[in-house]
Amino acid sequence: MFYREVGQYKTNYSADMSVMPLLQDRVGIGIILFIAVVIIPYFGNAFLIQAIMIPFLVFSLAAIGLNLLTGYTGLLSLGTGAFMGVGAYACYKLTTYFPDVNILIWIVASGFFSAAVGVVFGLPSLRIKGFYLAVATLAAQFFLSWCFIRQPWFYNYNASGAIEVPTRTLFGIPITGATASDSTRYYVVLGIVVAMTWLASNLVHGRIGRMWMAVRDMDLAAELIGIRLLRTKLLAFAVSSFYCGVAGALLVFQWYGSAEPAVFDVNLSFFILFMVIIGGLGSLTGSYLGAALIFILPIVLRYIPPHLGIPIRPATVDHIQYMIIGALIVLFLIVEPNGLARLWQIGKQKLRVWPFPY
Amino acid sequence: MRLHRVLLGTALAAATLLAVPLTASAADGIYVPLFSYRTGPFAGSGTPIVNGMADYLNMLNERDGGIGGVKIIVEECETGYDTKKGLECYEQVKSKNPVVMNPYSTGITLPLIPKAAIDKIPILSMAYGLSASADGNTFPWIFNPPATYWDGASMFIRYAGGKEGGLERLKGKKIGLVYLDAPYGKEPIPLLEALAKDYGFELKLYPVPAAEMQNQSSQWLNIRRDKPDWIYLQGFGAMNPTAVKEAAKINYPMDHLIGNWWAGNDDDARPAGDGAKGYLSLDFNQVGTNYKVIQDILKYVVDKGKSQTPKDRVGENLYNRGVLNSIIIAEGIRTAQKVSGKKQITGEDMRRGLETLNITEARLKEIGADGFAAPMKVACDDHNGHNAAYMAKWDGTKWTKGSDWIEPLKSKVRPLIESAAKDYAGANAGWPKRTEPCDKSS
Amino acid sequence: MHLIYQIFIDPFVQMGNAPDLLVQTLWEGLVAGVLYSLIALGFVLIFKASGVFNFAQGIMVVFAALTLVGFYEHGIPAYVALALTIAVMFGLAFAVERLMLRPLVNQPDIILFMATFGLTYFLIGFGELVFGGDPKVMIASQLGLPKGAVEFKMAGGFVSLQKIDIAAAIIASIMVAALAVFFQKTRVGRALRAVADSHKAALSVGISLEYIWVIVWFAAGLVALATGIMWGARSEVSFALEIIALKALPVLILGGFTSIPGAIIGGVIIGVGEKIGEFYWGPLLGSGIETWLAYVIALVFLLFRPQGLFGERIIERI
Repeated sequence: MFYREVGQYKTNYSADMSVMPLLQDRVGIGIILFIAVVIIPYFGNAFLIQAIMIPFLVFSLAAIGLNLLTGYTGLLSLGTGAFMGVGAYACYKLTTYFPDVNILIWIVASGFFSAAVGVVFGLPSLRIKGFYLAVATLAAQFFLSWCFIRQPWFYNYNASGAIEVPTRTLFGIPITGATASDSTRYYVVLGIVVAMTWLASNLVHGRIGRMWMAVRDMDLAAELIGIRLLRTKLLAFAVSSFYCGVAGALLVFQWYGSAEPAVFDVNLSFFILFMVIIGGLGSLTGSYLGAALIFILPIVLRYIPPHLGIPIRPATVDHIQYMIIGALIVLFLIVEPNGLARLWQIGKQKLRVWPFPY
Repeated sequence: MRLHRVLLGTALAAATLLAVPLTASAADGIYVPLFSYRTGPFAGSGTPIVNGMADYLNMLNERDGGIGGVKIIVEECETGYDTKKGLECYEQVKSKNPVVMNPYSTGITLPLIPKAAIDKIPILSMAYGLSASADGNTFPWIFNPPATYWDGASMFIRYAGGKEGGLERLKGKKIGLVYLDAPYGKEPIPLLEALAKDYGFELKLYPVPAAEMQNQSSQWLNIRRDKPDWIYLQGFGAMNPTAVKEAAKINYPMDHLIGNWWAGNDDDARPAGDGAKGYLSLDFNQVGTNYKVIQDILKYVVDKGKSQTPKDRVGENLYNRGVLNSIIIAEGIRTAQKVSGKKQITGEDMRRGLETLNITEARLKEIGADGFAAPMKVACDDHNGHNAAYMAKWDGTKWTKGSDWIEPLKSKVRPLIESAAKDYAGANAGWPKRTEPCDKSS
Repeated sequence: MHLIYQIFIDPFVQMGNAPDLLVQTLWEGLVAGVLYSLIALGFVLIFKASGVFNFAQGIMVVFAALTLVGFYEHGIPAYVALALTIAVMFGLAFAVERLMLRPLVNQPDIILFMATFGLTYFLIGFGELVFGGDPKVMIASQLGLPKGAVEFKMAGGFVSLQKIDIAAAIIASIMVAALAVFFQKTRVGRALRAVADSHKAALSVGISLEYIWVIVWFAAGLVALATGIMWGARSEVSFALEIIALKALPVLILGGFTSIPGAIIGGVIIGVGEKIGEFYWGPLLGSGIETWLAYVIALVFLLFRPQGLFGERIIERI
C-alpha cells in the first residue's frame, strides 16, 4: 500500500532505466541523508558521534570495498585489513612529505596506493580460485602486517613504532588531530563515504558491475562471451582495495588519531568479512546493514545490563556478548543465508502488497 | 512465521539501540575508571593487576570512607588489550567526569596522549606508555612514575655490568633483547642502542610477533647460535612463560635472563618448573602479604567477599603492582584535594595533585606500606622521578629479593627523554606548548 | 654482489659451520610441522566428510584443553578427567550437528564457513565464561607424558630433543595411521567418503547424514583434544593458542584439503621450511618472517599445483 509504483509513469528511457525508479525509494534516501546530516550531529552526543557513527561509516566503506570484490566478483579475500593499512600508512607518509597539501586530497590519493598493492596481490586470482584464493590473500595480509612492523620507513623511524596523526586544517578549521571536533570529523567521513557509495552504486549498476557479476557466476562462460578475465578480476581487486585504502586512511586519521601496526591485523580482515556476509553478498545496502549489526550490536549489548540495572561484571558482559554474537551469526545464517539485505528486500516486497499477503 | 519472528527481533534490537543511554549521570564521588583485560591473550597478566587496583581503592572506601571523606567510584571497562575497545571505553567514561585514566596498555595510551590535554583528564601510565612522556614540559597531562622503560633497561645494564665487574667490562659482550613486536616491546631499543655505543657492547634484537607468542622456538634457536651473555625480556602476557620455558630448554643460564617489571608474574615463571630457578625480574614493589596495607585489603575487602581475587592470589607480584598503582592514584587524589582546596576534585585538580606527588618513606609507613615500595617524587618538568627498582629472584615457588635497590643511569636516560619529547612535539605539528602553571610541591 | 653472497652462499656456509644447529633447526621444524599438521588433520576430517571448512577448529583445541585442565583442577584424577573431556567433545559434536549443521543442509560452502565463525565466537565467550581468561598449565606429567630432554653431542655442539616433542610426533603418527585405516577399511569410513562426495547421493543410498556428521565432528574433537594437550604442554593453555590455528591453512593448501597423509606431509614441509627460512634467511630481511613465510611457500605451490600435493583435481565444466 505504501510502496506501490501505481501512478508513477516514466516518459523517457533514461527515467525508465534509473537506479531508483520509485519515488518512495528516493524519498527514503532523502530522509536517511537528512537524519545523517542534520539530526545526528545536532541531537547526538559525543559518544554517539565519536564511538558509534564515525566507526560505523568507516567500516561500511570497507565493507563496500570487500563486497565489490567478494560479493560482486566472487573472489574471496582475507586481506582487507592489510589493504586498509596500506591506505593509512600511505596517507601518513604523503602528509609527512607534503604537509601543505590538503589532507582530504591525500586521503583519497592513498586509495590509489592501496589499489596498486591490491592489483599485485590479486595476480594469483587468475590461476587460483575459490577458497585457495583466500589463502593467497592471507599471504598478502601477513606480509603487509610484517612490513608495517618491521620496516621502519613506514612509521618514519620513530621509537614507538606507532604513527601519530598531525593536525591538519581545511579552510582554517582543524579536521584531523586531537583538536578537531567530533562534528567536523563526522562531516568529513560522511561526505567521503556518501560520495564513494554513490560511485560504487553507479559502478555496479553499469557495464563493469555486470562484468563482475558474470565472472562471479561462472568465469569460464564469461570468458567465452568475450569478457577479459585478467582485466576484470584485476579491476575488481583495484577498486576494492581503493575503497579499503580510503577506509583505512579515514580509520586512522578521523577516528583513532594514531595507529600501531596491530590495528591492521587479520582480525580486522575477518571482522569486515563478517559484515559483508551477514549483510549480504552482492548488495551495497547489505554492507551498511552488516556493519551496523556487527559493529553496533556488541556495543548495545554491552550497555544493556547497566541500563536495566543488572549487576554483572564488565568481563562477564564481554563473554556473554561474544556468545550472543556467535549465536546470532549462526541464527541469521540459518534464517536467511543471503544476509540482511535479502531480509530488507523481502520486507520491501511485503510492503508493496500490504495488506494483502501476496 | 519464523521470518516474522526474526524481523520482530531485529526491530527490538533497533529499539534498544535508540533507547541506549548514551550519557551517564555523574554520581557523587570521585570517579576512577580502570581499563582492564580479563579476557584475551594478555589476561594472564591483566587480571591480577586490575584485581590489585580495584581492591586497594575499595579497601579505602570500606576502611576510611573514601579519601578526604569522598567515596571513590571504581568501575572497570574491559578492553581485552584491544586499542579499538580501549578507545571506545575512553569515549564512554569521558562523560562521567573521571579524574584519571589508567589505560594499562601502551597501545591504548598512545592515541590517548594527544586527547588528554584537550579533554583535561590526566593519564597515569605507571611505568608503561610512552617513555618520553616523563618530560613534564612537553606532556603536562601524562604521568608515568616510578620509572620508565628506559630507566628499566639502564638498570638492567647497570646490574649486568655490576655482575661482570664494572660497566667498562661490558665492552665486547653481547646483550640480547627478546621483545614483543609491538610499541610496548620496542620501547627500550633506543636507550639500549645509545648505551651500546657508550659502553661498547653488541646489541642483538629478537622480536616475537604477537601471533607467535606461544611459538618462540626460532627466536631461541637464534639465541643459541648467537650466545648473548645477558638477555633482557620485554614481554607481556602469554609471551613470558613461553620465553622462560624456551630459555630453560636451551639451557640458558637463568641468572643471566632478566625480565622487565611486567615479566615478573608468578604465572610467567611457574610453568617452566624447576628450570626457571634463578630467573630474575625487575620489580619496584615487594611481594607477599606481610604488609599492613595487604592485610587491610584481606580484612576489609577479600574476606568480606567484595573482591574478585581468589584469596591465595593476594600478595602475588602483579597483584601488589596493581595495589601500588592505586596507592599512587589515592595519594594523587589526596594531594589534589590539598592543592585545590576542594574535596570533589576534577581532572585538572588531579593533574596538579599528580604533579605535586611526593610519597616519602614516612608517608609509606603511615599508609601501612613500609618497605612495600621505594619513595617516589614527581616534579613539574619530571613526571617520572626515575626511581630505583630491585631484582626479584624466582626460587622455584615464589619471588624473593634478589638484589638491592638499583638506580637507573639517570645521566644517560634524561637527555634521551628530552630529545625524544622534542622529536614527538616536532613530528606532531601544532603540539601545544605547556601553559599550565607549576605548583610548589608540598 | 655482497647481497647475492648473503642470499645464496652464506646460509649454507652457516649450515656447514654449525651442523648441530642445523639438526636442531630441522628437529624444531619437524616438531612444529607435526603440531601444525595435527590442527590441519582436524580441518581435513571435517572437510572430507561434510565439505565444511571448520574455522572453529582452533578454538576447539583451546576448549578441549581447557576442559581437561578444568576438570583436573576440580579434583578429578587425570585419566578420569580425560575420559570426561572426551565425553564433553562428543556432546559438543552432537550439539553442533543438531543446532548448526542440520538447519544448514545443502547451503553453499561459504555460508557453512561463516557458521563456523559464529561457532568460534560462541565457544570463545563460553570458554572464557566457564573457565576464565587466566592461562593454565597443562597436566602433561599427570597424563603420563614424559618430561625433560634427550641430549646428544654432535659435531662440536649438542642437539637437545624434548621428550614431549618426541611423544607428540609418535602420537601424531599413530593418529594419522589409525585415521587412514579408519577411512579406508571400515564401513563408517566408506560412508564418510560417500558423504564427502555428495550429500544427496549418500542420502539416496541410505547413509544417515546426521549420524555421520556427529562421528566426524567427534573425531575432529578428539584430534583437537590431542592437539591441545601437545601444544599446551609445550607452552601453556590460553586463548592465544587459537591464533595458531591459522597456521594450519598453508598446510592444508600444500597437502590438499581432503587428504590425511597430505596434512602430515604438508605440515612437515611447512614446518621445516618455515624454521630453516627464518633461521638462515630471516636476519637478512629483518627477522620475524615466520609469520608470512608459510603462506608464501603455499602460494608458490598453488601456482604450480592448484589442488595441493594430494588433493583431488578440480575439474570445471560449463
